[in-house]
Amino acid sequence: MEPELAIRLRGVVKRYGPITAVDHLDLDVPMGTCVGLLGPNGAGKSTTMRLLTAQSIADEGELEVLGFHLPEESKMARAQSGVTPQLDNLDTTLTVEQNLLVFAHLYRIGRADRRAAIEHALEMAMLVDRRDSRVDKLSGGMRRRLLIARALIHRPRLVLLDEPTVGLDPQVRQGIWALIDALRSEGTTILMSTHYIEEAQRLADTVLIMSHGSAVASGSPSELVLEHAGREVLEVYGPPVRLAEVEAEAKATGLQTRRTGTSVSILNVDGVTSWPAGERRPANLEDVFVLLTGEEIA
Amino acid sequence: MAAREAGAFRLGRLERSALTGVLVREIVNFSSFWRSSTFSSTVEPTIYFLAFGFGFGSLVSKIGGFDYIDFVATGTVATAVLFSSAFPAMFGTFVKYQFQRTYDAILAAPVDTEELVTAEALWIATRAGVYGCMPMVVGIAFGLDPSWGMLVVPLIGWIAGFGWACFGIMIAGFAKSFENFNYVVSAVLTPLFLVAGTFFPLDNLPEWAQFLANFNPLHHCVELVRHAVFGWQGLEDLARVGALLAFGLVLWRIAIRAMTQKLVD
Repeated sequence: MEPELAIRLRGVVKRYGPITAVDHLDLDVPMGTCVGLLGPNGAGKSTTMRLLTAQSIADEGELEVLGFHLPEESKMARAQSGVTPQLDNLDTTLTVEQNLLVFAHLYRIGRADRRAAIEHALEMAMLVDRRDSRVDKLSGGMRRRLLIARALIHRPRLVLLDEPTVGLDPQVRQGIWALIDALRSEGTTILMSTHYIEEAQRLADTVLIMSHGSAVASGSPSELVLEHAGREVLEVYGPPVRLAEVEAEAKATGLQTRRTGTSVSILNVDGVTSWPAGERRPANLEDVFVLLTGEEIA
Repeated sequence: MAAREAGAFRLGRLERSALTGVLVREIVNFSSFWRSSTFSSTVEPTIYFLAFGFGFGSLVSKIGGFDYIDFVATGTVATAVLFSSAFPAMFGTFVKYQFQRTYDAILAAPVDTEELVTAEALWIATRAGVYGCMPMVVGIAFGLDPSWGMLVVPLIGWIAGFGWACFGIMIAGFAKSFENFNYVVSAVLTPLFLVAGTFFPLDNLPEWAQFLANFNPLHHCVELVRHAVFGWQGLEDLARVGALLAFGLVLWRIAIRAMTQKLVD
């Protein structure tokens, strides 16, 4: 039997004039899992997110969220989903608690449960002692935690996180990861878009790599690495001329390479022993990402 | 394989809980800036009266059968309604979708554009109904005699305010940038504002201008307020109420269309 799907997209197309932002995308998010949409900027991740709340209407294809057909039944799906946008849209002149109060109303939490819902959200965001602070007095990390907690106030079955840690310092990012991980262990279904490899690798059960609006590969991070980059990668350093030679040699042997700035990485060298000077290292998701999307990571 | 919960409820159009959600946001926000709004809406008419009352009023004591202060105190109610509805609707709406992205957040919740626009217009109309009365209240201090009809003025202000709020939201929905508002203010609002019968009666204007005034919602609002305070005019007033309701209803629908185009791509 097929698992229950929280999100099911088939052949979804979204065009903006001459640009096709989403190009025949298929996407499955099984209930209770965390799926990461990994792709460079402009791959169509944010458009996909907007399609899921019917803030964009697809030109072609089928979309189902929590069993509701989009766009007609989107409102029912939205009532049971929480959304964290990429760009902060908190009410900055209101306090932390007031922001949560507004969303408790928008998500139709009854009067009897409102107090408890706000307290729970404050605890998840670790902002209990900042409840009376105005949002414009909070740090970037606190604002992002509030933005996520705001989406969780009605205990949604599905959470959509669009680039949840973009622009944050590394140590702040760890805090957000802990929050998402806690959510995941509670059994909430998560779809998260990101262009940070490490984020996808740590949090996602399944990763879908997007490029130019369509899915180029999907699977668990370890499966993807094994399938596309093998177990080991050989990294060869040297002057540009040397790197070009290495690339040509590898190609002749039928191996794939990718540039990493000052070096060339030769993928899938598990069985190969004859290669000269270089560092062997385990293959990672970044190798797969660069290989499949042809894009370097910022 | 569907994840749809058993007994899933259908959600309709213009639901009360969605409207409430948007209204709560406005009310909570308003609680942080009501002082400045109240200050400006009280001080502005006071300045008008001082300037026009003592400046102009010393030249003309009677106008259209009214004391000049009575004429202006009732006329500027419509101006106050316009200024506290069309302008906040235009600028506020633009700021909320363009800069604060508030509407993105609201539409990700179970709220549709129709509900969003309706709730925003209801809220602005309510504020306009209340603040619209300020010139009249200040006017009483300047010698306007209180009357029972004044109690209906907030309702007139509310109806006109709803229409102007929808007008402002519609303009914001069509506007590509902030600068577009200049055209609307100069070419639409200023002429309507001057040819409404606020500061001088329209009787002396050419026939065609008097005819055109029938299409000016602000003019109907001015006349209704005056009649409420000094004496109703029967059918004429009923027609004016009808005109204001039609104005509100038509612009309400257009505003929803304009914002849907803007917010959903």
